[in-house]
Amino acid sequence: MLLIECPYCGARAQIEFTYGGDATLSRPGDLSAVETKEWLDFVYLRENPRGPHIEWWHHSAGCRRWFKVRRDTLSHEISATGTPDSNLGSGSV
Amino acid sequence: MSRQPYRITAGGLVDRERPLRFTFDGRKFTGLAGDTLASALLANGVRLVGRSFKYHRRRGIFSDGVEEPNALVRLRRGERAEPNLRATSVELFEGLEARSQNHWPSLEFDLGAINNLASRFMPTGFYYKTFTWPAGAWMFYERFIRKTTGLGRAAEHHDPDRYEKRYAHCEVLVVGAGPAGLAAALAAVRSGARVILVESDFRLGGSLLRDPRPIDDEFAPEWVSGVEAELKSAPNTRILKRATAFGYYDANLVAVAQRITDHEGKSERFLSRQRIWWVRARQVVLATGAIERPLVFAENDLPGVMLASAVRSYAVRYGVRCGKRAVVFANNDDAYATVAAVLEAGGSVEAVVDPRAGGPGDSVRRQINALGVRMLEGYAVVRAEGGDSIRSATVMRFTREGSILTGEPERIDCDLLCVSGGFNPTVHLFSQSQGKLRFDQVSACFVPDVSRQAERSAGAARGCFGLQEVLSDGVEAGRAAAEDCGLTRARFRVPEGTEEFTQTAAMLPLWAVPLPQGQRGKRFVDLQNDVTADDIALAVREGYRSVEHLKRYTTLGMGTDQGRTSNVNGLAILASIVGSEIPAVGTTTFRPPFTPVTLGALGGREVGQEFAPVRRTPMHAWHERAGARFVTAGLWLRPQYYAHSGESMMDAVYREARAVRRGVGIVDVSTLGKIEIQGRDAAEFLERVYINRWKNLKVGRCRYGIMLREDGFILDDGTTTRVAENTFYMTTTTTNAGPVMAHLEYYAQTIWPQLHVHLTSVSDQWAGAAVAGPKSRDLLALACDGADLRNESLPFMGYLETTVADAPVRIFRMTFSGELAYEVHTPSNFALHVWKRLLDAGREFEVTPYGTEAMSILRIEKGHVVAAELDGRTVPSDFGFDALQRKEGDFIGRRSLERPGLKKSARRGFVGLVSEDGRHIPRGAQLVWNPNADRPLHTLGHVTSTCYSPNLEKEIALALLEDPEGHGDELLYASSPLTNEHVPVKVTHPVFIDPQGKLPRG
Ligand SMILES: [Zn+2]
Repeated sequence: MLLIECPYCGARAQIEFTYGGDATLSRPGDLSAVETKEWLDFVYLRENPRGPHIEWWHHSAGCRRWFKVRRDTLSHEISATGTPDSNLGSGSV
Repeated sequence: MSRQPYRITAGGLVDRERPLRFTFDGRKFTGLAGDTLASALLANGVRLVGRSFKYHRRRGIFSDGVEEPNALVRLRRGERAEPNLRATSVELFEGLEARSQNHWPSLEFDLGAINNLASRFMPTGFYYKTFTWPAGAWMFYERFIRKTTGLGRAAEHHDPDRYEKRYAHCEVLVVGAGPAGLAAALAAVRSGARVILVESDFRLGGSLLRDPRPIDDEFAPEWVSGVEAELKSAPNTRILKRATAFGYYDANLVAVAQRITDHEGKSERFLSRQRIWWVRARQVVLATGAIERPLVFAENDLPGVMLASAVRSYAVRYGVRCGKRAVVFANNDDAYATVAAVLEAGGSVEAVVDPRAGGPGDSVRRQINALGVRMLEGYAVVRAEGGDSIRSATVMRFTREGSILTGEPERIDCDLLCVSGGFNPTVHLFSQSQGKLRFDQVSACFVPDVSRQAERSAGAARGCFGLQEVLSDGVEAGRAAAEDCGLTRARFRVPEGTEEFTQTAAMLPLWAVPLPQGQRGKRFVDLQNDVTADDIALAVREGYRSVEHLKRYTTLGMGTDQGRTSNVNGLAILASIVGSEIPAVGTTTFRPPFTPVTLGALGGREVGQEFAPVRRTPMHAWHERAGARFVTAGLWLRPQYYAHSGESMMDAVYREARAVRRGVGIVDVSTLGKIEIQGRDAAEFLERVYINRWKNLKVGRCRYGIMLREDGFILDDGTTTRVAENTFYMTTTTTNAGPVMAHLEYYAQTIWPQLHVHLTSVSDQWAGAAVAGPKSRDLLALACDGADLRNESLPFMGYLETTVADAPVRIFRMTFSGELAYEVHTPSNFALHVWKRLLDAGREFEVTPYGTEAMSILRIEKGHVVAAELDGRTVPSDFGFDALQRKEGDFIGRRSLERPGLKKSARRGFVGLVSEDGRHIPRGAQLVWNPNADRPLHTLGHVTSTCYSPNLEKEIALALLEDPEGHGDELLYASSPLTNEHVPVKVTHPVFIDPQGKLPRG
């Protein structure tokens, strides 16, 4: 069970959290300008990196905040967490 | 003390003043406090304790700890019966009841032993072979195999005991309280660390209990007591006995299973039977010791063949002699200590058989010579002989190079054969922590190499075997762990341990003694799974050369002992057959749990309602008194219908549904999800998460909204009300309340954090009742404290704040049934009060409480959608909701709706169905032109909801159908091949009642 540092609450056990997927995507802002392919990539395509991955976690049984986690998908090591506006890097090797 | 023929008259760590009675297979015995079941059985001369898994061969106690492959028993009886417990780890208690396993009809006479004679026909991989050839063979064999295989039998009743779990945190967790673990704990505590020390035994000391060599000139047990006392008096230090660390997980989380009342022999009313500790440690010291390896030779599974260290343990710790005439067969010096132990226990040692040409170290040789024991250097035991117990061992000259047996075999009479093939460090937890192993050529064993977590191994667990070395290693590990926690290393003198032998010789790896020329015999590698050296060779010949494949094909290393005594021997034999080195062959993966854990303990208190709590609405007690039958909706209990005496369920449901359309009904809607959305951008936020417009919604008005996922499919629906300029009150479907809240939080916090919006779940804070039917306004007018409910003041989709019997309420004029209807929400504490007042006011209108069944019929009649329609595969235009869609701007899922496959023309549309012959339209049926046409049939659509409409007196359904408007008067079939029902139907408008929507607006 992971130990996750919520940027608002501190380190808590994984059972308090819910995983929320890739946090490196950005939602296209201007729908009139977005190409279909770009949109579908955003909706459906996800990297499955071996190594560091920046992802969303939700402190669902805690402060109810979403935040970013940089987790190594191979070792499960969490090297950083941060608020949604933080930059934890690109997340792929 | 009753007669225990194999008990030594004095010595050992057992209490001779406290005899304990117990039974084994119904026979009565007496042991002593401090015994395990195994030591008590041995004290009574019980040799045969079980039958083996596959061949049902006779088996005796082999070891003295968790590695035991043979002595598995079923403990207790009835609902508390527990199978597969190792007699070597079961602490004896008064009244203990144990039974042996794997035999029928009895341990002594077992019909399953025919497998032993028929073993030629049950080669390795036998089960897999029946899967594949001949066709159908598995189906045939399975009936018999299922009966005779499997280890033990589980209790068939509900577990009556209580279990619990506990979280703990510490700086240094020390696993194992042998010399290394005690030294590490001492060093960590003296450095000021918060320490937890766990030990699976009921006594601290580990190997010191069988080898009580002096430490700092103190008798080892006294030294142990001194350390225990110091640890106990230290602040923030905890010693857990009878506690097995069974899992090492991410971020230094170690799971420990502790037995609390198991050894009491009775369950205490206020005590749990076992407790799982989840220990999160800054640093972990693994001082888990080492497990002795057996030697592999013909018939090495006879009762009386035992690990040399175990024989010593029974003699020294328990005061039990395992036999009268012993032979020791060992490839290392450590096992020579068993010679003295056997002699001291009053037995004789007929010979020490050592395959090393040069024998043991000089000091060892001098001691053995002084004891006058015969030594056979450069010899090996090639075969054991006997029946229920070993009677002799045959030895031959052995040359390691080429593994050659020469000379005349000699048979040596004995009733005990102590074997030792060296030691395997207990690296299971280390390996679970993702640490990498390395093969140590000197000790011929796997040892920890690179750590992946904040952890270090100490003592025998990392291949240090001399007592002084172990103590120094433990102290260093404890100090280093404390230092890594930011503390200062304690300075103190390392305890001085006395070595048994001063000069020792290197061990000689010996993995399997060859069979003498022309002889047959089973050379067991894995005693629990009956895997022999020849089975491994056969598996390799059949292509199973990878260690993981070998394991699964032969079952080597499976079962309750997980190959603790067999894995390394098996790997080495595999390596020698494939002509490879042991490190190149590698090991199988170690996974939790280290030893079996009771399922009940893993569940802890989270069983029944504590696992899935029941949510009740504030009106629940009223529903119960009114005769409600309940149905679950997520964790909620909701009234399904209210049974009147003499009524069937459907009578009641139809009565309730009719009453709503003819007069007035009332239903508890407290389970709806409710979310309050506040902030100056609240309307903007709603426009992005719903497809609808919200900025133009006036204060005091409600709107039905549709929420999509980003892929364009409908996530949820519900009504949202503007209760103030910047405050909205959203309702969600009952079971989607949690997911919708998380979804909204995600968008508010991560995608549009610049929006000023605040979300609060108020599902529990507000309860509600829907009052529906032509008389609902009259009822409310009576119930409310003077509110103006006229159409002009509170129109359809209007909102009003008022009071009912002085309780504040929010009234929403909206409908699910299609009738004139209102929802009355109130703070939960007032809900029962308001509910009763509404019923009082409704008495003169004969208000009818109704449940979810009637509600469902009413909404099907009205063509309203629920989760059956919004099943994650439908989009707004399927139901005509595209008319609600905002024309400009962004919302979640909007761009996906432009995909060709989500366009209205490409999709099935929402229709009603009426049964043509009055038969019920089957749930989930597919719509086809002709159910009898050749397969595959083209399906035109499917039924989503179906019911008998008591108001229309017809069987009706809702469906999604291709070309929904193009079917006219055409006859279709609702076809359910599963139930063989094919009902003719005609397509109608999905709104069966009041399609113009006049009733709720009236
Ligand atoms: Zn938090």
